Amino acid sequence: MKKEIRNEEPHLMKGNDALAEAAIRANIDAYFGYPITPQSEIIEYLTREVPNRKEKNIVVLQAESEIASINMMYGAAGAGARVMTSSSSPGISLMQEGLSYIAAAQLPCLVVNVVRGGPGLGTIQPSQGDYFQATKGGGHGDYRLIVLAPNSVQEMADFVFEGFKLAEKYRNPAMILTDGALGQMMEKVYLPEDNSLSKNIPDWATRGKPKGGAQRVITSLHIQPEQMEKINHELLAKYEMMKKEVRYEEIFTEDAEVLLVAFGLSSRICQKVCDLGREKGIKIGLLRPITLFPFPSERLSELANQVEFMMSIEMNAGQMVEDVRLAVNGKVPVFFKGRMGGMIPTPEEILKDLETHLEKSKVVG
Amino acid sequence: MSEKLYLEEPEVELEEVYCRPTEALYDIPFHYCPGCGHSVVHRLLMEVVEELGIQEETIGVAPVGCSVFAYHYMNVDMQEAAHGRASAVATGIKRVLPDKYVFTYQGDGDLAAIGTAETIHTVNRGENILMVFINNGIYGMTGGQMAPTTLPGQVTSTSPYGRDVSMVGAPLKMTELIANLPGAYYVTRQSVHNPNAVRKLKKALTKSFQYQKLKKGTCFVEVVSNCPSGWKMTPVESIKYIEEYMFPLYPVGDIKVPKE
Repeated sequence: MKKEIRNEEPHLMKGNDALAEAAIRANIDAYFGYPITPQSEIIEYLTREVPNRKEKNIVVLQAESEIASINMMYGAAGAGARVMTSSSSPGISLMQEGLSYIAAAQLPCLVVNVVRGGPGLGTIQPSQGDYFQATKGGGHGDYRLIVLAPNSVQEMADFVFEGFKLAEKYRNPAMILTDGALGQMMEKVYLPEDNSLSKNIPDWATRGKPKGGAQRVITSLHIQPEQMEKINHELLAKYEMMKKEVRYEEIFTEDAEVLLVAFGLSSRICQKVCDLGREKGIKIGLLRPITLFPFPSERLSELANQVEFMMSIEMNAGQMVEDVRLAVNGKVPVFFKGRMGGMIPTPEEILKDLETHLEKSKVVG
Repeated sequence: MSEKLYLEEPEVELEEVYCRPTEALYDIPFHYCPGCGHSVVHRLLMEVVEELGIQEETIGVAPVGCSVFAYHYMNVDMQEAAHGRASAVATGIKRVLPDKYVFTYQGDGDLAAIGTAETIHTVNRGENILMVFINNGIYGMTGGQMAPTTLPGQVTSTSPYGRDVSMVGAPLKMTELIANLPGAYYVTRQSVHNPNAVRKLKKALTKSFQYQKLKKGTCFVEVVSNCPSGWKMTPVESIKYIEEYMFPLYPVGDIKVPKE
C-alpha cells in the first residue's frame, strides 16, 4: 500500500462516520437519505455535524423513503449540486428506478451502499450480495454505474472524493459498494483535506435559464426509437471511455502460481490467505479490484498466462466470479469460494479449499 | 436533391390574427387532443411566469402522463421526473436553490396514486414550491384507465362496468387531504371549463408564485379538467360532464388560504 503524507493527525473512526465526515469535507451541497441498518450512522453523523459547519451551507434531509431520497438527489444533481445519498441493500433496491433515470439523464452524484445479507429483508450482517445489482446496472435499461469498492475505513473516506471526481468527470452516478463490517468497524483513518475538491457549476444545470439563452432540460425521455438508440450509443461510448479509470491492487502477483481475486472485505481476508499459503510454500497472489465497474479484465487476462488457476472469494453465492471467468475466457480454471447470509469466510477455510484445488490440478497436470 | 418536388409557395402576406401570448411559451402546436384542458393550463402558467418576470428564475418539473413533454412548450429550465416523483425532484431543486421559483405539474395518477407518499410528505414539510394538480379522473396517456379520482360508476378501460367503490374504494379527494397538512400555505381547487374559470385559475397561479417568495409553505392548485378522448365525449360534452358530475364531488374554490 502506498503511503501518502497527510497533514492532519489520524483519527480512530467507524467506517460510516469517516465516510460522512469525508462528504462534509468534499463540500457536498446536499445529502438525502433514509435510515437503515447498517448505515444509519451516516445520516446521524451528518444531521449532528452539519449544523456546526454552517459556512458550508449543506442541506441534510431525511426523506420519507429511499424512493424519495433518490429522486431528491435527481432534482438537486440536475440543478448542478454535489449530492450524496446512502443506504443498505433493501433501500438500494428501492432506489433502482431513480438510479436508472439518473444514469439516463447523465447526472453526477454519489450513492453509498453499505451492503447487508439478502435476499429480502435478509440480515443486517455484512455481505457482498449486491455485486450484480451494482455492476450490471441494477434498474431497467442499458446503463452502468461507476463502482468503487473500499476495503478499509481509510478508503471509505477517500473514495467519497474519488467517487465525486469520477462522477463529475463522466456525468455519471458513482457508487461506493461497501458492506456492514466496513461501515461498522473502527480503524485509523487520515481524513481527506477539507475543501480540497474543486467544484464547478455545470452549464447544463437547471438553475433558471440565462436571459435570452436556451432552456435547459434534464430528461431521459426519447420517444423516437432512432433518437433513443443514438442516446444508447452515446452512453455506451461513455462507459467504454470509463474503462481507462480501472483501478486494482496486486499483492504477491510477481511470482504467483495461484491467484485469489477478491474485493472489499474479502480482500482483507485474502491477504491473510496469501501469508498463510506462502508459509506453506504455496505461491498465492491476490488481485483486488478497486473499481468493480470498470472491471480489471485486461490485467486478469494477463495474469491467466502466469497462474495455474484463480479463485474468486466473495461474501455471496458467486457473482464477481462470472466477470473473472469472462476476463480469463477459459485460459485457466476459475474456482469460487464464498459464504453467504452475513457469514464471513475465514482465511483457513479459504486456504483449505485452495489446497484441494491445487491437489486436483497437480493430479490432472 | 436540387430538384424541387413541390410548387413554390405563393407570396401572400398573411395577416396575423392570433399569436402566442407569451415569450415563455414556445410557438409550436400542442400535441394535446382537441378540447383538452392541459393546453390552457400550460399557457396560463407561462403567462403568469412572464407577467411576474420570473422566466429566468423558474424551474419546472414535468410529470409522466399526457403532459410528459411539458418542457417542449414551457420555455423555462425543466426536469422530467419519474412517474409520481415530481415533488421529490422539486424538493431536491428547491433545497439547493431556495431563492428560485419551483413548480411541479402532475396529473391525478401521478400525484394521487403512485406519488401519494411524495405528495403528502412534500406538503407536510412545507416545501416552498407550487404544485399544480390536473384532475381529469382518468389516465389519459395510457389510454383511459381508472384513476384514483375516477368518479363512482364512471366507465374507463379498467372499470368497464363503472367504478365499483366497494371493490376499488372511493375517489381520493387529495386536495382536501392536503389542506389538512400544516405545511400547506395555500390550497385551492379551480377549473378550466369556461372563460371565467380560466381567469380565476390564472389568479390562483399568480398568487401561488407570489406566495413562494414568502417561504411559508406549499401552494397546491388542483385544476378540475377534462379528457374528451378518455371519456369518449366531444369537448362540449366533456364540459357538461365536468359541471354535472365532477363539480358535485370536486367543488371549486379555496380550501386553505393564508391568514393575513
